[in-house]
Amino acid sequence: MRLSEMREGQTARIVAVNGETRLRRRILEMGLTKGSEIYIEKYAPLKDPLELIVKGCHVSLRVKEASEIQVVSET
Amino acid sequence: MPKKLLRIALAGNPNSGKTTIFNNLTGTRQKVGNWPGVTVEKKEGEISRNGYDIKVIDLPGTYSLTPFSIEEIVARDFILEENPDVVIDIIDASNLERSLYLANQLRELDCKVIFALNMADLAKARGMQIDAGIMSDLLGVPVVFTVGNKGEGLKELIQTAVDLSESSSGIPEERRVRYSKDIEAAIADLKDVLIEQIDDTFPYNPRWIAIKLLEDDEIVKKRIRKKMGEPAESVIETARQLRGQLMGRFDEDPEIVMTDERYGFIAGIIREAVTNSIRRRVDISRNIDLVLTNRFLGFPIFIFFIWAMFQVTFTLGAYPMGWIDAGVGLLSSFVGGLLPAGLVRDLLVNGVIAGVGSIIIFLPNILLLFFCIALFEDTGYMSRAAFLMDKIMHLIGLHGKSFIPMLMGFGCNVPAIMATRTLESRKDRILTIMITPFMSCSARLPVYIVLAGTFFAASAGTVIFMLYVLGIVVAILTGRLFRSVLLRGFEAPFVMELPPYRMPMVKSLLIHMWDRSKMFLKKMGGIILVGSVVVWTLSTFPRDIEYSRDYGAEIGRINTVYAEKIGDAAPDRVEALKRERDELIQETKNLRSAEKARKSYIGRIGHIIEPVFEPIGIDWRGSVSLLTGFVAKEIVVSTMGVLYAVDEDDAESEALHSALKKSGMTPLSALALMLFVLLYIPCLATVAVIAQETGSIRWALFNVAYTTGVAWVMAFIVYQGGTLLGLG
Repeated sequence: MRLSEMREGQTARIVAVNGETRLRRRILEMGLTKGSEIYIEKYAPLKDPLELIVKGCHVSLRVKEASEIQVVSET
Repeated sequence: MPKKLLRIALAGNPNSGKTTIFNNLTGTRQKVGNWPGVTVEKKEGEISRNGYDIKVIDLPGTYSLTPFSIEEIVARDFILEENPDVVIDIIDASNLERSLYLANQLRELDCKVIFALNMADLAKARGMQIDAGIMSDLLGVPVVFTVGNKGEGLKELIQTAVDLSESSSGIPEERRVRYSKDIEAAIADLKDVLIEQIDDTFPYNPRWIAIKLLEDDEIVKKRIRKKMGEPAESVIETARQLRGQLMGRFDEDPEIVMTDERYGFIAGIIREAVTNSIRRRVDISRNIDLVLTNRFLGFPIFIFFIWAMFQVTFTLGAYPMGWIDAGVGLLSSFVGGLLPAGLVRDLLVNGVIAGVGSIIIFLPNILLLFFCIALFEDTGYMSRAAFLMDKIMHLIGLHGKSFIPMLMGFGCNVPAIMATRTLESRKDRILTIMITPFMSCSARLPVYIVLAGTFFAASAGTVIFMLYVLGIVVAILTGRLFRSVLLRGFEAPFVMELPPYRMPMVKSLLIHMWDRSKMFLKKMGGIILVGSVVVWTLSTFPRDIEYSRDYGAEIGRINTVYAEKIGDAAPDRVEALKRERDELIQETKNLRSAEKARKSYIGRIGHIIEPVFEPIGIDWRGSVSLLTGFVAKEIVVSTMGVLYAVDEDDAESEALHSALKKSGMTPLSALALMLFVLLYIPCLATVAVIAQETGSIRWALFNVAYTTGVAWVMAFIVYQGGTLLGLG
């Protein structure tokens, strides 16, 4: 499933990061690499962007950007 | 013995505590400027240690050295081209895995690098044990623990840097990041092709160039083309073929595979050197965020903070502004008293002092605003503000962080445009700068108050409110237009770190505030000075005006007539007669200054450009007022006072109201004039700051042309449309 379909408080593991190369690289460089575990901390009050925890850091992404990330839910 | 000079560059992630370490190392001996050609802040400081003069250069905070953002390009170019003696990478120890990404890119660059594991106390408190010895061994890099905000470990850090600069050892080959077999083979092949073509003067590390070419790095391609000339093409062609092969093998861009593998390498280091690494942040920060970015409380709290910032900047700032105003007044009367009446005194008092005074008066605003912004940034709230506002700002094609500068624009455009420095992407920054002048600044308010008060007495409030709304609408439309036409292309991803909240350090806040304000004063002072002298010259010359009437004689006549009348009058009438006399004299004086203004160069220019303003219902007096408004918008009111022959001191009073009504101005033309004032050319200070912040005079000129064009078109539509509808 897509990361953007995850709900608050859920945990998932990244399977693949798609999308335009620059965006993809940015995402990877922030530590959202294949195989890493992520925790959905919250969505912003207007439902976009969202905040997640990866490798111990809090990172925010727009929902559109999150939809490029394929994950498997672990919860 | 002459001291030896050493140059140390500080690199690191944003929020790694790099700035704190820089401040602690250099104290107040800092020089702030811009990196050449870009608007990224460059900070340098000099210190003297161990017989060395050490120049510390603070590189922009980045997560990587991929040349996507201007900060990354600046940081990488500095290390490549300026060859600092040592690079210190400040690593947030509690955020080791992500920080090591940049650290490894620095290692690949083949410069002398030291890792400073900063905030080691925090990491320890969270149950993280980092073995510096193992890490140093595995990476082939000296590792030093520091606690930036307490100044711990800094001595050792500098000592290590000095030692490293004197040793000749680089990072041993076997300690480098090892990629998978296919990629290493490609790197080796490419390196061989490269080495065949170059001699000893080639300034870059061949392995690094090979890696970058496999990553399809455009800037590196440009560099080697410049350095190698024709032979570069065969190297680039080989790289292209190897990239193709790798893509076939991995079914993925090589740069993505390599990013993955770097993280794999990092994971290995962490396994070896760190015990009891914890996954999630269990600190107070998450709890603060439960409130500050809460679904229901997030926005009200955000609005409160912004309101507080506004209050502090503009309401609290009003007191020192009053003092400065009074001080400038005192200075000009002092200088006025020293010098004999004449051109020199006039130039000094009305040109130089008035002009510089008009810019110094912003200083309290600027200081306070930058203090608040530094507070937002240093605590970590700024990225939360962006997190909250991004959805709304994204509708205009902007980043969440653009909200703060735009809002500040309602106070004063100058600090607002300087506040765009918090934006990381150059396109976002330029777009925000271009639309901020449409936020109706407080200097435009007096104009609305006079005009709306005169012509829309009953509904003045509504009219003024609608003007503000119109400014916002024009800003939004402009934003969308520019995003789709001028600043098209790749939009910076929002991918952004929400760093843990931190207690701000007063020293750091003050340094931040003062640096930026100093820059403002330095750069603006000159431009404003020249601008005010030009406007002063235009409105003062020519000196020998042939007046249509002999005003001096008229005043003399009034005096004689009234002297007689007062002599004859009953005692209880004397006061009333004196008042009558004074009023008549004042009226005559006003008529004289009005004629003087009309016949001065600026008045003549007003007459020349009148045809341009006629279709929007503005006469030559309005045109001249608008022209002088270029220096500062509040001047529009005082110029109108002069031109409509009212005593300058009660320009905002009843006298101007009735004079305006008598002048033939209609509510419709007043509305057109207000629209024009809202939208046209930002003031001189704003234009200067646009040129400074965009790094190009062209953007400033473009903004002048665009805003004035929009103002004219809008005023034309309103005036002509209104006239057609019979509202004129």
